[in-house]
Amino acid sequence: MKNIFAVAGVVIKELYRRKDFYVLFIVTILICVVMASVNVFNDEKIVRYLKEICLLLIWVSSLVIAITTTARQIPAERENRTLLPLLAKPLTRTQLIFGKFFGCWFACGLALLCFYIFFSALAASREHAWPVLNYFQAALLHWFTLGVVVAFTLFGSLVFAAPSSNSTICFVLVTAILCVGRYLDAVALSLKEPFRSIIFAVYFVIPHVEIPFEMRNLIVHDWPLISWTFIGLDLLYLLAYTAAFLVAACLVFRRKAVN
Amino acid sequence: MLVSGMNAILRTEKLRVEFRSRELRQPAKVALGGLDLEVRAGEVFGFLGPNGAGKTTTMNVLLGFVPPTGGAASLFGIDVRQPIARQRIGYLPELTYYYKFLTAEELLRFYAKIFGLPRAETDRRIDQLLQLVELESARKRPIKSYSKGMQQRVGLAQALINNPDLLILDEPTSGLDPLGRMKVREIIQRLKNEGKTVFFSSHELGEVETVCDRVAIIHQGELKAVGRVSDITGQHANLEKAFLEIIGFPTPATP
Repeated sequence: MKNIFAVAGVVIKELYRRKDFYVLFIVTILICVVMASVNVFNDEKIVRYLKEICLLLIWVSSLVIAITTTARQIPAERENRTLLPLLAKPLTRTQLIFGKFFGCWFACGLALLCFYIFFSALAASREHAWPVLNYFQAALLHWFTLGVVVAFTLFGSLVFAAPSSNSTICFVLVTAILCVGRYLDAVALSLKEPFRSIIFAVYFVIPHVEIPFEMRNLIVHDWPLISWTFIGLDLLYLLAYTAAFLVAACLVFRRKAVN
Repeated sequence: MLVSGMNAILRTEKLRVEFRSRELRQPAKVALGGLDLEVRAGEVFGFLGPNGAGKTTTMNVLLGFVPPTGGAASLFGIDVRQPIARQRIGYLPELTYYYKFLTAEELLRFYAKIFGLPRAETDRRIDQLLQLVELESARKRPIKSYSKGMQQRVGLAQALINNPDLLILDEPTSGLDPLGRMKVREIIQRLKNEGKTVFFSSHELGEVETVCDRVAIIHQGELKAVGRVSDITGQHANLEKAFLEIIGFPTPATP
């Protein structure tokens, strides 16, 4: 484990020494603070829109951070040739993949913590309430969803040569899953064979992250806490997909020439 | 041509590496065709050959990056495919751009963690190595602000972090100015005096002549000569002329 955490430590240092996170965080703050300062249509419940937009910005920013940070990890190691001295040490390729994964995932977790603290402060400044546990549930599911995204992007970085193509493909796929993934079964029913079977297969294969994504609406409309059993099951579901992508990444990397 | 010794710490036996062609019906490219090599403890061993001769491929096999197609390679008697074989080696690749957001001290601390060095030992080694490579004054500066020579020296420091018994250096002076080359050469000389084994490839034959105990010359994946520098030079004026003749390049007659 020490090797995995050593590699992860470098990834976390990279995130907080680069400007990406700070730019996204400041942009989110600016947009939300400007919006919070106006009251369009004198709507008393306008804070709901503010919360909704802030949470959407947090989702977009977190996906940008997760995908761009992860997509460049292995290609940068190859391009700068740091992969060679690293693998010349008693470090296995599996440990390297896990180190990169945990580094990116923890880094995303730290970024999410900052975003959700800001969101809590913003919401509390207008509503004078701190539903901390609700926010914790949303942040936890959000973080585990990012785990799936990070593992998938890491796998993609071993399959696609350029980080830019990997990032684009990951963004398109993740956005598609978030926006239309849940409707694929209905789409399949309206199609004829063999498209029906193909779309059904896609529906059952893709990770369904609509629950973490829809937690936004529960927070916006002040819903009560979700059962912790349900949260636990969803976390297990997300972990299973993360593990599957990590195993695939390890298998691909083991067969890849590093010279 | 194989020099046998009980204290050989690097050994290849009939080492063969082939790379399959991506094009159909094209034969596999033979990068190494049955290489026999032995490097004994405490010697500085120069590994020479023109570009594409198979030097880096040999090193890649020794480091476990490329699996051999045939034959065997071992470090300290352990098959190179086992990660534990790399516990006692240091490796400096050619032209590496280390993590530019880290400082030299952080970089060395990261590599020390991989070797599982205790904190106090890590601190002691970092001080010692930064002094050796003359980067003490720049230890807290990010690597992105380093010159090429400084980057190469930080690379040497990382290769030495575990106090290795065997150092594998791939063209350590490549791309350096004369001062940088001299400094790297001095470091290799100091390591030799400390009893370390150094296996390095280089195109700087003058430098090889100065620091090496023995050299091997390979060409097109075949070992052409191995022995003491004086034995290889033989009746030629210098190692460069001997090298050119061994690889079959016609040299003008010495006046």
